[in-house]
Amino acid sequence: MENIDEKDYGEYPTLLIGSGLYKTELTKKFENRAKWEVPDPRKIMAIIPGTILDVFVKSGQQVKKGETLLILEAMKMQNQIVMPFDGKIKKLHVAPDDIVKKLQLMVEIA
Amino acid sequence: MSLKRNIQDLRQRKIEVQKGGGDKAIEKQLAMGKLTARERILSILDPDSFHEYDMFVEHLARDFDMDKKILHGDGVITGTGTIHGSPVCIYAQDFTVAGGSLGLMHARKITKIMDHALKMRVPLIGINDSGGARIQEGVNSLAGYGEIFFRNTLASGVIPQLSVILGPCAGGAVYSPALTDFVFVVENISKMFITGPSVIKTVLGEEISMEALGGARVHCETAGNAHFYAKTELECFDQIKKLIELIPRNNTDKCVKVEPKEPLKKYKIEKIVPANARLPYDIKDIIRSIADNSEFFEVMELYAPNIVIGFGRMNGRTCGFVANQPKYLAGVLDCDSSDKAARFIRYCDSFNIPIITLEDMPGYLPGVDQEHMGVIRHGAKILYAYSEATVPKITVIIRKAYGGGYIAMNSRHLRADFVFAWPTAEIAVMGPEGAANIVFRKEIEEAADPEAMRKQKIEEYKEKFANPFVAAAQGYIDQVIEPAETRSMLLHALDVSENKSVSMPQKKHGIPPF
Repeated sequence: MENIDEKDYGEYPTLLIGSGLYKTELTKKFENRAKWEVPDPRKIMAIIPGTILDVFVKSGQQVKKGETLLILEAMKMQNQIVMPFDGKIKKLHVAPDDIVKKLQLMVEIA
Repeated sequence: MSLKRNIQDLRQRKIEVQKGGGDKAIEKQLAMGKLTARERILSILDPDSFHEYDMFVEHLARDFDMDKKILHGDGVITGTGTIHGSPVCIYAQDFTVAGGSLGLMHARKITKIMDHALKMRVPLIGINDSGGARIQEGVNSLAGYGEIFFRNTLASGVIPQLSVILGPCAGGAVYSPALTDFVFVVENISKMFITGPSVIKTVLGEEISMEALGGARVHCETAGNAHFYAKTELECFDQIKKLIELIPRNNTDKCVKVEPKEPLKKYKIEKIVPANARLPYDIKDIIRSIADNSEFFEVMELYAPNIVIGFGRMNGRTCGFVANQPKYLAGVLDCDSSDKAARFIRYCDSFNIPIITLEDMPGYLPGVDQEHMGVIRHGAKILYAYSEATVPKITVIIRKAYGGGYIAMNSRHLRADFVFAWPTAEIAVMGPEGAANIVFRKEIEEAADPEAMRKQKIEEYKEKFANPFVAAAQGYIDQVIEPAETRSMLLHALDVSENKSVSMPQKKHGIPPF
C-alpha cells in the first residue's frame, strides 16, 4: 500500500463529496447531467414535446389569469396552455404548426 | 401409405418447416450480419441436444388474405436442450418468417415452452428478433404479449430468465425482456425501443438513429435495460453459457460446485489499495485477488460503473459480489448504482447465492439532479434489498464507510452475518473534514488562525475516529483483519453460513421502493 502515491494521479479528475475532494474518473452520464436552473414563472415552456395548433394572443397584449394562450398538441391530446397570472405578453416564440421540444420556451410574459 | 412412406412424408414436412421464411429471407437475414433463429439455438445449446416442439403449428389469421399464407412454425422456434449438460427451455423468434411478428399461435408456442420451464424448474432463454405485433391478427397479438408478460412475472425468482435481443424488439415486445433477469445485447444488431425513430420524427420532429435511440450500447450504458454487451452474436452466446454455468437452475437448487482454484499470484491484495482514502483504484482487482482462479463474471459492466456487481466462485461455489468502485465517481452511491445493486442483491437472494460486499464509498452523491431524480427512493432500494435478503451476507470494509452509505452497504444493522474491516477502514458518520467542521466549528471560528485550527482539528478527528476500532468496540465489526487474510476469512465465513436459516415475518409480499 505504501508505494502508491498521490503524484501518480496528477491527471485524474477530482470530485467533491461532502467536504472531501476525491481523485476519480467521471462517467459520461454524470458529466452530461442536467444543470439546475431556478424556474422563471414568466417563461412558459413546453411541458411535453408536440405541435402548436393555435395561438390566441399577440405580443404586447394584456392577458388575464386563466385565459388560453395557445394549444399544444401532443400524444393526440390538445393541451390548453393558460396564462398563470394577469400580465402582458412580452414575446411569442412559437407560431401555429411549429414543433416544440420538451422545455422549449414558448411565451415570455413581461 | 406404408410406414416407410409415412416416415418419408414426415421428414419432408420437417425439412419444409426448417426452411423458415425461405432462401431469400434467410439471405437477407445473413446480409444484416445476423444468424438465423435455428443457428442461434444450435450455437447456444450443447451439440445435438436441441429438441424442437410445435414445428407444425399454423397461424390463425384469417383476415387480409392471411389465410392463404403459410408461416412456418408461425415465426418462432421452441424447444429444450442442455447447456454444459444442464437442461434449459429455449425459444427463438424467426425474423425470416413474416418478420418474426407475434400472432396468437406464435405467442402460444412461447407461453407453452414458458409453462414447461416453470413446471420443470429449468432456466428459460428467449431470443427476440421480431418486428412486433402481427397487425393482421389485431387484438389477438396483444393478448399474446400479455400472456407472455404474465408468465415472465410468475416465473420471476423461480427460474432464471434470460432475454437475448438479436434484432428489433420494439413497442410492447420490450416488456418481456424488461421483466426477465438478464438481458443480452449485441452491437449493431439489438434494437430496443417503445417508439421508433420514425414516430419520434413525425410526432416530435427529433431526428435520431436507431442505434443512438435503442442500440446495444445505449441500453447497457445509459438506460440500464440490458446487462451484457457483446460485439458479436458468438461472444454473446459465450456470455450466456458462462452465466448458465454459474447460476443455479432454480430457486430451490444450489449452484454446481466445481473444483476450487486459488486466485492467481499476480493479484497482490495488499498492493492494490492506496492508503490515502482520496485516491482511486480498481475494486475489480480486489475481487480478482479474492475469487477462485481470479475469475470475475461482471454483470452490467457499463452501467453505473461506480458500483460493481457480478459472480465469482469461492472454494468452487458461486457467490455474488457487490462492491463500490472508487475508480468511478469515487464509488459513491447514487440513483443508478442503487438500482443496479439492489436488483442484483434480490437476484442472489432469490437463487440462494451468498453475497459478498466490498465497501469503500464516501456516501451518496450530492446534487440537485440526484435529489430531484429521487435518490432517496432509489437509495432506499439497497437498504431494502440487503435487509430482506436471507442468504449468507458478508461485508468487508476496505476504506471509507461514511454515513448513510455505511448503513446501506450490508452493515451489521441490516443483519449482515459477518462484517470484517481492514485496518485502513474508516467507519464514521461522515468524512473527517466535514465532521471536524461541524464538531469544532466554534473552536475553528474563534481561533487566531482558523485554517491552521481546522487542519489541526481534522487531524484530531482522523486520529480518533477514522479507523475501524470505534465500530469494532461496539461489536458492529466482527473482526479487524489483515488484507492478506481476506480470502481465508471469507471462505471460513461462507462455510459456517452454509446452512444459514432465518425466518422472516409472514407476509404476502413487501412493498419495496420501486
